[in-house]
Amino acid sequence: MKVLACLKRVPNTGAKIVLTEDEQRIDTSGLGFTMSPHEECAIEEAVAQVETHGGSAHLLTLGPPEADEQLRTGLAMQADEATLLETDDEEWSPRATADALADGIDRLDDDEGFDLLLFGNESADAANYQVAVRVASELGYPCVTGIKDLEVEDGTAIARREVSGGEEVYEVDLPAVVTVKEGLNEPRYASMRAKMQARRQEIESVEPRAETRAGGLEKVRLEAPETDDSPAEILGEGPEAVPKIVEILAEEVEVV
Amino acid sequence: MILALVEHDEGAPEELSLESLAMARELATAEGDSLEAVAFGDEADALGDELGEHGVEAVYCVAHDRLERYAPDAWAESVVQLASEHEAETITAPGTDRGREVLARVGASLDAPLATNCLAVDIADDGAYELRRNRWGGSLIEHARLDGEHKLLTAAEHEFPIEPAASTTEPSVSTFEPDLEDDLFAVQVDRVESGDEEGIPLGEARVVVGGGRGVGNAEDYDQLEELAELLGGTVGASRAAVNEGWRPHDDQVGQTGAKISPDIYIACGISGAVQHMVGCKGADTLLAINTDPEAAIVQKADWAVIGDLHEVVPELNEALRDAS
Amino acid sequence: MSDAFPSSADTVVIGAGVVGNSLAYHLADQGREDILLLDKGPLPDPGGSTGHASNFLMPVEHSKEITHLTRRSIEQYEDMDTFTNSGGLEVARTEERMAELERRVQSATAWGEPGRLLSVEEIEEMVPYLNTDIIKGGFYSPGAGTCDPLRAGEVMRARADEYTDGGLTVSPNTTVLDLHLEDGAISAVETDRGTVEADEVAIACGLWSPKIAAMAGVEIPLTPAVHQMVSVGPISFFEDYEGEISFPVVRDMDTQMYERQHGNDLEVGSYQHRPILWDVDEIPSIDEAPLSPTQPPLTDDAFEQSMHDALEIVPELLDDPEAGVRHEIDGLLSVTPDGAPLLGPLQDVEGLWSCAAVWIKEAPAVGEAVAQWMTRGWSDIDLHGSDINRFYEYGNSRQFVKNRAHEGFQKIYGIVHPHEQWQSSRPLRTSPFYDRQDELDARFFEAAGWERPQWYESNEDLLERYADELEGLERPNEWDSRWWSPIILAEHLHMRDEVAMVGDMGFGIFDFVGEDACEFLEGMAVGRIDVDVGKTVYTPILAENGGFVSDLTIVRLGPDHFRLITGGAAAGSDRAWFGSHIPEDADVTMIDNSESLCTLGVWGPSAREIVQSVAEEDVSHEAFPPYTAQEVTIGEVDAWAMRLSYVGERGWELYAPMGQGRRLWELVEEAGEDHDIRPVGMGVYGTTGRLEKGYRLHGHELELEYDPSEAGLSFHGVKEADFVGKEAYAEALETEDAATLCTLSVADHAPEGGEPRFMLGGEPILDDDGEVIVDEEGRESYVTSAGTGPSVGKHLLMAYLPPEYADEGRELTVEYMGQRYPVEVEIVGSEPLFDPENDRIRS
Repeated sequence: MKVLACLKRVPNTGAKIVLTEDEQRIDTSGLGFTMSPHEECAIEEAVAQVETHGGSAHLLTLGPPEADEQLRTGLAMQADEATLLETDDEEWSPRATADALADGIDRLDDDEGFDLLLFGNESADAANYQVAVRVASELGYPCVTGIKDLEVEDGTAIARREVSGGEEVYEVDLPAVVTVKEGLNEPRYASMRAKMQARRQEIESVEPRAETRAGGLEKVRLEAPETDDSPAEILGEGPEAVPKIVEILAEEVEVV
Repeated sequence: MILALVEHDEGAPEELSLESLAMARELATAEGDSLEAVAFGDEADALGDELGEHGVEAVYCVAHDRLERYAPDAWAESVVQLASEHEAETITAPGTDRGREVLARVGASLDAPLATNCLAVDIADDGAYELRRNRWGGSLIEHARLDGEHKLLTAAEHEFPIEPAASTTEPSVSTFEPDLEDDLFAVQVDRVESGDEEGIPLGEARVVVGGGRGVGNAEDYDQLEELAELLGGTVGASRAAVNEGWRPHDDQVGQTGAKISPDIYIACGISGAVQHMVGCKGADTLLAINTDPEAAIVQKADWAVIGDLHEVVPELNEALRDAS
Repeated sequence: MSDAFPSSADTVVIGAGVVGNSLAYHLADQGREDILLLDKGPLPDPGGSTGHASNFLMPVEHSKEITHLTRRSIEQYEDMDTFTNSGGLEVARTEERMAELERRVQSATAWGEPGRLLSVEEIEEMVPYLNTDIIKGGFYSPGAGTCDPLRAGEVMRARADEYTDGGLTVSPNTTVLDLHLEDGAISAVETDRGTVEADEVAIACGLWSPKIAAMAGVEIPLTPAVHQMVSVGPISFFEDYEGEISFPVVRDMDTQMYERQHGNDLEVGSYQHRPILWDVDEIPSIDEAPLSPTQPPLTDDAFEQSMHDALEIVPELLDDPEAGVRHEIDGLLSVTPDGAPLLGPLQDVEGLWSCAAVWIKEAPAVGEAVAQWMTRGWSDIDLHGSDINRFYEYGNSRQFVKNRAHEGFQKIYGIVHPHEQWQSSRPLRTSPFYDRQDELDARFFEAAGWERPQWYESNEDLLERYADELEGLERPNEWDSRWWSPIILAEHLHMRDEVAMVGDMGFGIFDFVGEDACEFLEGMAVGRIDVDVGKTVYTPILAENGGFVSDLTIVRLGPDHFRLITGGAAAGSDRAWFGSHIPEDADVTMIDNSESLCTLGVWGPSAREIVQSVAEEDVSHEAFPPYTAQEVTIGEVDAWAMRLSYVGERGWELYAPMGQGRRLWELVEEAGEDHDIRPVGMGVYGTTGRLEKGYRLHGHELELEYDPSEAGLSFHGVKEADFVGKEAYAEALETEDAATLCTLSVADHAPEGGEPRFMLGGEPILDDDGEVIVDEEGRESYVTSAGTGPSVGKHLLMAYLPPEYADEGRELTVEYMGQRYPVEVEIVGSEPLFDPENDRIRS
């Protein structure tokens, strides 16, 4: 089985996000980069599926040259190959991103083709919730989203999505696109040897192609919202505060 | 016309759908356009009255014999056909798994842009939308322009207040029968399996009792379970606690977990990392129980008790038991 | 413990990492009653380097000061129940490193800390998971271990609170916005929680210290630098062992890495990667940092070789199939231009102290020592190597700090020769003689930023002339002769035979002017200062304990005008010492002439003839007696001359304005041509000439831990006037010395045949049983200075010896690089070995 996991390099931010002066991006001086926990689960799933069914796990991202760092993180988790659709670090719209990924997947596909294409449910930063769906549409593959439980059997993916009071179960034929959420699995910690080998592994860099369109969704600027720093009303220390808690629950929130 | 996808439970519109209707209505009012709704499933025709209170002028109930079970591509294609028939340029959906994925598929089908997580939408002079949307789970706001023949939007969760329209309408309710090909059912819910655990889903609970690293171990969540039960609520957890293996991931509140909107969130032994806070932004009120008066959660709470949850919570449980 | 933010405090300690906690605790212990300890971060881990340290303590270093600080810190961690004695192991992959580890044993012995070499088999037994195929041996330090600095911080805060009877206020999450000054003294600390008045403030902010110091307009020269660290686990091998650590911490010295157990994890740290320096302004705030401000993400590419090396030495653990890299950071820590801490008063702002760039392993003792310094003016452990004032006014620029930190990073685990010279930021301070010296192929060494010739390659011809005298004194071993040349010895002999010119020495030169100058200096010096105009006084400067703060020369230039001349290395700290002692209402002004005047020594039998030939004035023995000073005109140059000599020769130190220095050099060089005058280097001035004459050097022989009686510098007796340290000094003269400074010579450089070896300093002196000699005050006997005396034909060592060993002719043993060498006590006390009557100086 050939499995693909797509990921996105994003800054590893703290509680307070600082923007660049032009408000176009996050000031990343002093920050590292990472990917969404959803995507870590996608990589783990890709590797685990290959460990179960045989085959190979591939990684793909659209991003600046430095995004090889995130690809290597995935390689160290035992993915087999990685491809970078190299950009100049400008942010691509979700439609253009989907174009480029679909085109890249097309170009990566040898005769075998990918059986399973895994994405994070949404990216950590832009959270557009649509790239995977658009990629699936362009490739003509079925797509299930928001998955927290996945099995693959005989060319079918059995995917479960949480809904109120239970789980929806989808059974889709492969090849299919599946977007996953944290909780799907427990991503492994890469061993030091795997990390070292990943450092030395070659990463294919490919120039991305996307259709140019007028309009669409265009970022104008970013804004760091004001946080409410008005301190809490301290009800007391330790159990002595209990009567006040009860009073609030009964009278202000009215849940007692 | 502005077409709004509405999810409902046997004719009663879902909360998040009403929130996204509020967004759609603002747009309709600003554009002088009509607001119409599309709904799927049994008893969709019962939505008329309630949606009328929210300014909806027409309700289209999609009817198809293969749509008994949810099928996102089929839903999307139905919306596309309906929009085409009624020349809807703007389509909105709630910020739910379904709302987002259906609109994404509509976007793919129409090659139209989609803005998710919207906080506010204005109309520019050239007819494009100037909107604000959440990034990073709400830690950042993006100001964006949305332009195109079709414009698709989903509302951010718990950002638009649900309020009746200034004047109630009496929407026409009609059935829409889409033409759906077989391949649109390649993805369809095969079955729904009910969860092992009873109780109120986190996203719907009026009271959430959250436990973090300060709980210390899996066993001590019993105290929080008891508190949640006494208050008719449910238990949530921070990512730290989930990573420790004390709680299942389903309990995780935060950017990559559940977004909650209870009347009160009681955060016990939770430091208040931003990734956690974006998951509980929807809470009306926040009570923190924490040993550290300097913890971030204390700064963000409405009320705080400085103390060890292992001492405070059992005492609170006892008081609540006595009271009932 | 009070929580409310106070409006005033006796002392404010900024920074609540392990250093600030320790300082607050020891200040409380020393009697400060009202202390505010604040930090911009939360407690117990405010986000600085304390929070990510690997927390192991290896006590043995080549620096006595650091070894003693670490040993004292271990005692304190033990006392706080936050120490685990795991032992420590430094392994060698190369022969060169094995030699270095033998030097480690030597230093361990010299500083009284146990330590021994282990064979590969012994290592295998002790640490079964090491790949011993690649190891040649190791150095074992049984006293090493690990600590918990966060827990220790809690204990220290609690103790401080107890000792002050609740007078400690701890204020976390408090950001310092500004430091307020009044008349050059600290007056208040402004924070986001209010302003607190205080006339004593200590900066213990680790790598943020420069930022806080800048608020008062002063500098703390350090830079944040990355130390890469990862944690790998869970490792099944460790599951059978309880507790944090069951095996010695391992330092893989040649790869500049360490591996240490931490529960079920193995922590792997590295100093081998390329230096990654940060700008303090780039460090994210606590709010902005995902993990901690000082724990940015690992720079992967820099860590690649480290992973390779770690996998080579602990393959079994790291290849455990269950184990993964669970934590990986670029840990930020403070690096200074010379790697040592930055402690002491920031002399340009009264009441402001630095307590920065301190490792976990020294922190408790540093807090104690600095608290002693703040409260009583001196510390039990001499801190001269860590005195922040060693960089005063030359080594504080960001560029200098970056260059030296960059260069010094590889020295952290490196094999650093005791005379190794820095290469970056040079030349920085040059005298007007520099260009000419460079033409003469001088080999420059640096002292306090000054370029000083150590010897001149242009004097190579002298080697032939003095071949007979040099026989047996040349050093065949590469290590012994590194940063050294036999030309130094030939230059020395030429000076004794003919004449030499030496300069510039990089002296600190401070003039004291004012009606109260005499009284002030009288109160500072052991020697009598109220002397005739033109007299020079060489005097110890003491702390209240009677130990050495400095030794220097004071000259009376006029009734109310004195000139103080001190060694370049001590200039910054001496300036601070004198500056801080000037009474507020006294009429004394201190003028720093260090950068205004250059110094040229002219010494040797022909010195007078040469100087007379160019001087307008009469410089005969009668007109210009020894130990006096006069203004002289040398050719066109307005100079000032002192007739004394640190090399024991007839001659002068000529001082001239920097602008006329070049002319001065030319005049002397030209006038000396007929006498074959040679410029000679500091190798002669600072070592060969000095040792033959038994002259003591601050920082080597003279430290706070020794008094003038022991150092043989009690010739002033006890003067009537009061001075700092008088009481202790007088008492020291009355009591028998626990040790006396002696001059020894090496009796046999190759007792077991083979290459003759030459000690370089720092070696332990052993008794007949082969144990290091310890005096009754617990001080080890070790070689304080080593160097060859060409005129006496011997390799000379100085060392303090207890009375039972301080007998001329007594034979002892010195351990050097794993071998023992017989030595003999030549002189007990300060009598010169060469020209004991000082006839040369006095003629």
